[in-house]
This record gives sequence, structure tokens and C-alpha cells, in this order.
Amino acid sequence: MAAAIVSRYSAFSLLRGAFNGQKHWQPAWRDPDPKASYDVIIIGGGGHGLATAYYLAKVHGIRNIAVLEKGWIGGGNTGRNTTIVRSNYRLAPLHDLFEFSLKLWENLSDELNYNVMFSPRGAMFLGHSDADMTKLAERGDAMACDGIDAELLTRDQVARLEPLLDMSRNARFPIEGGMIQRRGGTARHDAVAWGYARGADSLGVDIIQKCEVTGFVRDGDAVTGVETTRGRIMAGRIGICVAGNSGHVAGLAGLRLPIESQTLQALVTEGVKPMINSVIMSQSLHCYLSQSDKGGIVMGGDPDNYPSYAQRGHPMMTEGAIAQAIALVPALSRLRMVRTWAGVTDMSFDGSPIIGTTPINNLYLNGGWCYGGFKATPASGWTYAHTLATGKSHMLNAPFDLERFRRGDTIDENGVGPMPNHR
Amino acid sequence: MLIPCPHCGPRAQAEFTYERTLDSVVPLDAAPDAAMATLFTRTNPRGPDEEIWRHTFGCRAWIVMRRNRVTHEIEHVRAAGPEALP
Repeated sequence: MAAAIVSRYSAFSLLRGAFNGQKHWQPAWRDPDPKASYDVIIIGGGGHGLATAYYLAKVHGIRNIAVLEKGWIGGGNTGRNTTIVRSNYRLAPLHDLFEFSLKLWENLSDELNYNVMFSPRGAMFLGHSDADMTKLAERGDAMACDGIDAELLTRDQVARLEPLLDMSRNARFPIEGGMIQRRGGTARHDAVAWGYARGADSLGVDIIQKCEVTGFVRDGDAVTGVETTRGRIMAGRIGICVAGNSGHVAGLAGLRLPIESQTLQALVTEGVKPMINSVIMSQSLHCYLSQSDKGGIVMGGDPDNYPSYAQRGHPMMTEGAIAQAIALVPALSRLRMVRTWAGVTDMSFDGSPIIGTTPINNLYLNGGWCYGGFKATPASGWTYAHTLATGKSHMLNAPFDLERFRRGDTIDENGVGPMPNHR
Repeated sequence: MLIPCPHCGPRAQAEFTYERTLDSVVPLDAAPDAAMATLFTRTNPRGPDEEIWRHTFGCRAWIVMRRNRVTHEIEHVRAAGPEALP
């Protein structure tokens, strides 16, 4: 095994570098060729896959691991989200998982020795009616019962927190109040992938890019390896971690999943001085916006509501999100949009993720993250690593097994059923 | 996408809404296990699939469309009647 790159980042190393022209910088991870076999192969080098590899090596001591990525790491949905981190869900299995994640986020930069720029600036839902406020209060109470911070805000408190919101009584979407989770916020999405990659690599994990899985090697009821564009690689256990393309990759193993892939779009404006203080979300409208550290206003809305693997979306959906955002914050109308992009999301049939075993021995699945995967990155990696190491679910991902759909035991925050386009 | 409605001719995608895949319609006489499998699993191919759409903001008729999910190429569209469903 090639020597792992382990130099620690610190103010001291930066200062020392000042005396030799900063020539001490090394690549943050190696670029190894695949070996003939590994103990564990993780398919998918996004944040979730890299976090899984990191915790497998760090917590469970398994070092003979490969992460296979068809493109470049963090180039899929990890690089295409709106970077929002929060744990304000109503249902216990969801807020328990996301709260565990949020706690990992709070210490992630130290843990990885890599600045993921986690910024707990507050994640606020807006309430537009009495019914909205009742729903938010119910959600907040459900969270508070499990020790998660949730604070119902009056109209005046919302106005003080975000002075640019249209609080007038004849606003298109009148604001009656809100609910804030002050520990929520945003993080730097690329840094999350890079930090976990560097951490995993330093523990001996092989991160193999431009290596697409094209099939599985079967032995009866079990998988024993993968066929890839860089040859056959054998493995004791194989974890699919390719949300967006779960249907496709699981299909290579002959599985049909409770997932439909859909496009989700986001956009960013030119950078401006600070104008949005928190993460503003409206679930009645389905529009969310925040200001990046660079100053751009990042916003998004609904998925395109029809199956697609295209990584490009219908302009109608971005127009809808922009119209809502401008109605909430009229000052946004003066900004120019600089970029818009799309990711392919695994829309699962209860709106919740799937982490666990599959009917095929040695094959595991992590997917179905809908449009909420980024915030879960650390917990997803933690629980999936536990599952891959022990063959059993962690307490936190036990409710999210694939079998729940057959049992009729779904975790449906919105109560919609198997119709992701109606979600 | 420009979707050729069998009743109205080519119309903008904005006039249409997606419903579900053709193979996820549950036959009325399906056994419970088969019904659950039909409702809760999809092939979700990275390629063509047969889908039920509706010309919601046009003639409001249901249509069946075979469409590639990567290129958005539409192979064919036909009117959906009771005979099109399983």
C-alpha cells in the first residue's frame, strides 16, 4: 500500500510554509489503481460514500476499503445541493437520524482537520397561516420531546431576524410567524467531500475515480465483486451509495427499488453584501434560500416531478422558485442569476432514505435521500459504516430498512404514499 | 420537451403533468403481495420507460408516453383508455 498522506493542516504548518514559499503542500489524497480485491467496496464517491469509508476505517478498524467513483469525487449531488443542514423533522426516526448528524456536523471540521465551514446561522421555516403555525408548533413540540432545539417565532421576531422579508398585510404570501432551529445552518459542500476523502485516504482507503461499476459478480444468492470500467474487483461486502442512480445500480443486481429518479434544480445569484441572515424556508410554498459565504443568494424549490436522469431541468421549476423567493424578499428582484444547475435525486416512496441490507447477500444499499441528503452526510456515513461492518443495522438506521415498504411500515413525513411527484 | 398530444398535436411540456409508470397501475384483482410490489417498486431505468401523463392544462386527456429518461427523446405517445391499462 502506498504511503498515505497524513500531514496535518495547522496554523503552524502554514506559518512554516511562509518561509519556504508554501512548497510543503501535498495532494490531499492519493490516486491509486484498484487492487484485485478488498474487504469492502463502496460504490459512489460522494459525501455519503466517502463518509462511510472514513467511519469504517476510523470507528470499525477496517482499512482494506475501496471507494469507486464513476466521475470525480463530490461531483454528483454533493456538489449540487443548497448546503442546508438541519434536523427539524416531525417524525422521530427522521429527527433522531438528522439530529445525530447535526451533532457530528458541529464537530466535523475538528474531526477531519479540514474546514467544512459549518455555519449554524439558524434554519427558519415560515408560517403563512394559522394552519401553518399549528403545523410548525406540532413539529417543534415533537422535536422538543426528543431534546432537539425548536423555537416558535412570532411575526415580530421573524421581522427582526430577516428585515428584508415582505411583512406587509397585503403581501402575496403573508407571514404569520415561523419556527427556527438555531443550531441549523449551512456548510461548504465540496469541503465535506474533500475532508472525508482526505481523512479516509490517510487511514488507507483507496479512492478510485473514473471507475464506473457496470455489473456485479454473482455467486448464487451473494455478490462477490463488481465489474468496472477498470476491470473486475472482488470484495467481501459491497455497499451501493449512489443516490440519484440507485435504481440503475441496484438494477444491475436485478433489484427493483421503491425509488424514482427525478431532477432537482437550484440556482445562485451574483454576490452581494449580507442581506439574508438565516436559512429561510417555506414548506407551504416549497422555496428555500440562504446567502453563501461568497455573498450569492442560493435558492431552490420543488423537484421537476417527473422521472429523469438528465441532470438538467425544466425552467418552469426554477421560475416558480424564483417567483416565490421574490414574493418573500422583494429586494431579490434586483439581483442577477449567475448559475443554475440540476441534480438527479432518488425520490423514495415515503420521502425517507433507505439504509440497510438487500435481499442479495453481501450487498447493501444506501439511497432514497430525496432532496434531503446533504445534511445527513455524517450520520449516513456513520450508520452505513456500522451496517457494512457488522452486517446489522445501527439503532438509528434500523427503521430505514428496505423491507419497510413491504411491511407497510413507511416513514412518511408528508403522508403522501408511493407517489413522489405528488409529494 | 415538446409532447405530441394525440388529440391536440405538439404542445409545451408545461401543459402536461406526469402521473406514474404504466407498470405501476395495480390491477383490481391483484393479490396483496403483488399489489404492494406493483405500488412500491419501479424498474426506474436509466433509459426508456412507459409512462402515464396527463394533458392537464390542455385537453385534460390521459396519455401513455414512451420516453427516454436521459435524453428526453419521446419514442411514441398514444391515447390512454381503459384498454391501455392492465
